[in-house]
Amino acid sequence: MDQSSPAPQSDALTLYTRRFPSRLLLGTSRYPSPDVLEAAVRRAQPAMLTASLRRQTGGAAGRDGDNAFWALLRRLDVPVLPNTAGCHSVQEAVATAQMARELFETPWIKLELIGDDYTLQPDTLNLVDAAARLIRDGFHVLPYCTEDLVLCQRLVDVGCQAVMPWAAPIGTGRGPANPHALRTLRERLDVPLLVDAGLGLPSHACQVLEWGYDGVLLNTAVALAQDPVAMAGAFADAVRAGRAAYRAGAMLPQDSAQPSTPVLGTPFWHHASAP
Amino acid sequence: MNVLINGQAQSLPGAATLADALAALKPTPPFAVAVNREFVPRSGYGERRLQPDDQIEVIRPVTGG
Repeated sequence: MDQSSPAPQSDALTLYTRRFPSRLLLGTSRYPSPDVLEAAVRRAQPAMLTASLRRQTGGAAGRDGDNAFWALLRRLDVPVLPNTAGCHSVQEAVATAQMARELFETPWIKLELIGDDYTLQPDTLNLVDAAARLIRDGFHVLPYCTEDLVLCQRLVDVGCQAVMPWAAPIGTGRGPANPHALRTLRERLDVPLLVDAGLGLPSHACQVLEWGYDGVLLNTAVALAQDPVAMAGAFADAVRAGRAAYRAGAMLPQDSAQPSTPVLGTPFWHHASAP
Repeated sequence: MNVLINGQAQSLPGAATLADALAALKPTPPFAVAVNREFVPRSGYGERRLQPDDQIEVIRPVTGG
C-alpha cells in the first residue's frame, strides 16, 4: 500500500455536512424476501437505505408484515432516506415528506415528484418549488431529477446541497442514457451528485464514479439479480473502484498505438516497411 | 358525518376530532397522518376537528427505492 495514499475516511461522502462511510445508497424494494434484503444490506454496507410510505391497511397479516419491515430497519441501523415516491403534486410531496419526517424521525428526504407515470420522469417544472419549500422547512432534500443542467442548477440555487440525476428511467437497468449530459453536469456543478435510477450493472456505477459522481442510489439492479446478495457486494466493489479511479486520475485516450514495452534493444529488430 | 380514511368511507359523530377517528381505526404504530393532503403532527390529533368529507390518510413505513 502506498503510504502517501489518503486514509479512506478522508474521502468520505459528505451530504449536508454529514459524512458517510459508503458511496452506495440502496433501495429496499422488490427483493425475493426480507431475509435476502437483510443479507444484501449487510453485504453492501450502504450509506443509507431508502424507504417509503403507504396507506395502513387493516388485517393481522398486513400489520405483521409492516412491523417486520420496521423491525428490520431498526435492526440494520443504517440511516433511512424516506422517499416521496408516487407523489404527483408539490402539496402531496410536501405532506408526504412531513409525514416521513415524523415517522422515521429524520430530516432526510428523497424528493420524487413524478410528471409522467409511464416513464416515471420527474416533474421538472414543479420540482424546484417542492424542493424550495422543503428546504425552508428544514429538510435535507435529495432531489431525484433529470440530467438537465439548468434544472439541477436551480435545485442548488434553492438550497439543495446535493442533486440526484437519473441515469435512465427507474427500474430499466439501462445505464447512463446520456453520458455527455451527465459529464457536463459534473463539470458545471460543485455540489455532490449522486446518480439515482436506471443503473443495471456494477460497471454502470463504476463508470459514473469514474466521471466524478459522488455516489449512486440503486435498488432494482440488486433486488432482481439472480443472487441479490452477491450483486450487492459487486456494486459496493464497483463503487469503490470507480471512486478510486477518479481520484487516481485517468490517462488521456490516444489516437495511435504506443508500445508499453520498451522498444530500445528489441531483438530481431525491424521496421515495418512503408506501404 | 362521513369522512374518508385511506379512501374508505367511515361514519363518525358530528363533533369528531382526528384523535376520535384514529381511536376507531386503531392503526399500528408507527404511523403518520394527513388530512386533505396536509400533514397533521402527532401533537395535533386531539385539536384537529374533522369536517364532513375530510380525506384522512394514515400511512405506515414500507420498502422503497
